[in-house]
Amino acid sequence: MLSQELRGQVQYVDVLIIGAGPAGMAAAIAAREAGVENLLVLERENDMGGILRQCIHNGFGLHRFKEELTGPEYAQRDIDRVKELGIEVRCGTTVLSVDGERFVTAVSRDRGVQLFEAGAIVLAMGCRERPRGALATPGTRCAGVFSAGTAQKFVNLEGYMPGKRVVILGSGDIGLIMARRMTLQGAKVLACVELMPYSSGLNRNIVQCLQDYDIPLMLSHTVIDIQGRERLSGVTVAQVDDRRQPIPGTEKHFDCDTLLLSVGLIPENELSQQAGVEMSPLTQGAVVDDSLQTSKEGIFACGNVLHVHDLVDFVSAESFKAGKAAADYVQGKARKGAYIALKDGDGVRGVVPQRLLKPEGEAQSVQVMFRPAGVYENATLCVMDGDREILRQRKRILTPGEMAELTLKPEQIAALSGADVTVCVKQ
Amino acid sequence: MKKDIIIIGGGVVGCAVARLLSRYEADVALLEGASDVAEGASKANSGIVHAGFDAKPGTLKAKLNVEGARMYPALCAEVDAPYGQPGAMVLAFAEEERAHIRTLYDQGVANGVEGLRVIEREEILSLEPNVNPDVVCALLAPTSGITSPYELTCALADQAAVNGVDFLLDTFVQSVRAGGAGYLLETTRGPMEARIVVNCAGVDSARLHNQLCPQKLLTIIPRKGEYYLLDHTKPLVFSMTMFQTPTKMGKGVLVSPTVHGNLLLGPSAIDVEDGTAVETTAEALKLVADAARKTWPGESLRGVITTFAGIRAHETNGDFVIGAVEGAPGAYETVGIESPGLTSAPAIAQMLAEQIAKENNLSEKAEWKPAPRREKPFYAMTLEERVAIVQKDPGYGTLVCRCEEVTEAEIRAAIRRPVGARTIDAVKRRTRAGMGRCQGGFCSPRVLEILSEELGIDPTEVTKCGGDSRLLVGTIAEAARKGGA
Repeated sequence: MLSQELRGQVQYVDVLIIGAGPAGMAAAIAAREAGVENLLVLERENDMGGILRQCIHNGFGLHRFKEELTGPEYAQRDIDRVKELGIEVRCGTTVLSVDGERFVTAVSRDRGVQLFEAGAIVLAMGCRERPRGALATPGTRCAGVFSAGTAQKFVNLEGYMPGKRVVILGSGDIGLIMARRMTLQGAKVLACVELMPYSSGLNRNIVQCLQDYDIPLMLSHTVIDIQGRERLSGVTVAQVDDRRQPIPGTEKHFDCDTLLLSVGLIPENELSQQAGVEMSPLTQGAVVDDSLQTSKEGIFACGNVLHVHDLVDFVSAESFKAGKAAADYVQGKARKGAYIALKDGDGVRGVVPQRLLKPEGEAQSVQVMFRPAGVYENATLCVMDGDREILRQRKRILTPGEMAELTLKPEQIAALSGADVTVCVKQ
Repeated sequence: MKKDIIIIGGGVVGCAVARLLSRYEADVALLEGASDVAEGASKANSGIVHAGFDAKPGTLKAKLNVEGARMYPALCAEVDAPYGQPGAMVLAFAEEERAHIRTLYDQGVANGVEGLRVIEREEILSLEPNVNPDVVCALLAPTSGITSPYELTCALADQAAVNGVDFLLDTFVQSVRAGGAGYLLETTRGPMEARIVVNCAGVDSARLHNQLCPQKLLTIIPRKGEYYLLDHTKPLVFSMTMFQTPTKMGKGVLVSPTVHGNLLLGPSAIDVEDGTAVETTAEALKLVADAARKTWPGESLRGVITTFAGIRAHETNGDFVIGAVEGAPGAYETVGIESPGLTSAPAIAQMLAEQIAKENNLSEKAEWKPAPRREKPFYAMTLEERVAIVQKDPGYGTLVCRCEEVTEAEIRAAIRRPVGARTIDAVKRRTRAGMGRCQGGFCSPRVLEILSEELGIDPTEVTKCGGDSRLLVGTIAEAARKGGA
């Protein structure tokens, strides 16, 4: 219970957005454009833009703006729009708690502890990198082992080099981008080592960041030992079998002073869990309906905190929807209807949304996103309404490294029987 | 450099001895080879304050374990270190192990441990629902506690330092021999001289003993223990420390909550040659995971945030060696301080400090300053306390470590402590910044920047743990000028 004094400090906000990265900014723009005046964005960093600020390479915006931008350029377009719309953004402000009743506490240096009650909340906290500790890679705990994004921050934002001879574990996009970045900065990148038989990064990054610089991509390999007392002195890499266990006799040693890890991104959902939002073990994000509302009424989620995207363009698109939905909710325009479960079938992992609303009124089209569970060539994507096939699409290639999507048309939604809907891959 | 007393080793024992010797009129220095206190066994152990049923009655281990455990609650309150008393169980999974549980019970009673009970399956499962239902019986030890060994060590060091003990870090003792006013030491910071030396060098203590007492050599076999640390959860998976029936290599693999609500699995017990080799191995980690699953069949390693290894200083005769060094007047030692060494540390320090004071006619100081008070950690504060502290000190308004909720003010305070943090790891031990699930991914650049500001050094000079463990090798401008490595 709040003391009388603290209760007096609670500020009411119609829509409160947590995070001013690409997701939070898009949600804020959409909410303001939908007419929400009392709108507030909280951002823990000192500037808007999120992780885009340190992504100084190009390749952003091809879908959304039809041109190729760097991360900071892409972010600036949203920052400009946020400013143009006069949206209040409090930077340097970390949210400490969120509860299911949408009571929020936050803290900043200049304003101290701040208390909010929100009509709707948009969770847009992004994701973090999986650290070395979570892999339990054997060896010493020396300096020189960084997650790729931490190294990227040192190089691109702080202007420091974390090392000179580099091995990269994991072929996630940040790892691939950093292979090129470190090379351009004069470091020697010896290899990019990937546990799986395929890369989890975008193909264009494999070509432009590894192949163009003759950096070997070692698929089905992993780091089995990390050496060095104080600073990293080397790593041992081995090939793995189809159960991902190292194969004795395939060990290869690399002398290096730096190991960069690009071994997965984890949606940063501590606040969502505090709020009691139902979580998906597959996406590690919230379970949402097709308006991006979580299991807690009035709490929405979008961007990488919901599920890890490949492209920021899709983060923005999803987040515009979430911001609009949050506006609809506080304006009493939320749709009503019956929920139908949307589930992963064979070959599909982590569909979003996990719930479809079959509305009482007019139905809208729904975009469904997911990751293929493996690599499939010339496969067929199917959507099943119970036992009935309602959609079929040919796909030349499906890989876990690239998010797949399909769209259910309004008439398909309107015709749903009420049975569970399943998305699956048929070979 | 010339001192009345030189203590060698800044682990929990050395710092506890330093704290108690700081009560006396003497010029005391503590030498530590690493860049911080608690860099050896004291930072990598189970953090258990053992009730005292393990050690054979009549041994020094048994006596000091029980005495030490009794001292813990008051000591931790006095120096402001974390302590909890969740209790412990030793689990038996077969009727054959029942006899062993009984032996532990009898030993515990003989050692003076209070509240011990042998409990049966139903009661075990009602107290700890996640335990393996194949459990047969268990020894319940309600006085078993937990602490944060490195935070305790830092707190003991701080009180010693405010009472005049000189902490010389990065000072490795190469040799010690009789001479001068008492003893002459060769160190990596040059020669030193002291009337009294106290060997608290942990895994390295037998080497120094053998220099002081060549007529009666001691042998320490470094025994490595590897652990998994899991993220904190609410509710806890286990509320008590869960031991299995012990083996001759030690107490076996435990599953225990930490004082911060994390879950600890381990340790393995493998004898190694090199007492500084704290790398983890795939084999030992697998052994730990497999053994812990016997206690916790629902084991999930998804929550693992790190793995680590520590070294036990196992002396081959099996008991602690504490007191005056034979044939070396003015030299004292604590050798073979393995488990229950952390538990015994307060009692070891008391026993040794009293002996040193008495034999050398040290007189007590008129004033002994209390341990410096620190603010409660931000993560542990109520909303009201948070509101108040940020009003008082805006540095609390900037969260640096989001996983463990550590603020900029706390990081600066840790660097400014009497025995202050000078490395990324030292900040982590004192504040928990970087101790969480992202393992410093977000906060390490900021912690590095604060260390550089506070210590007045270039960012490229900031290290993870001293020596050459620098995080950064240069600026990108330099790298561009050199045109490559």
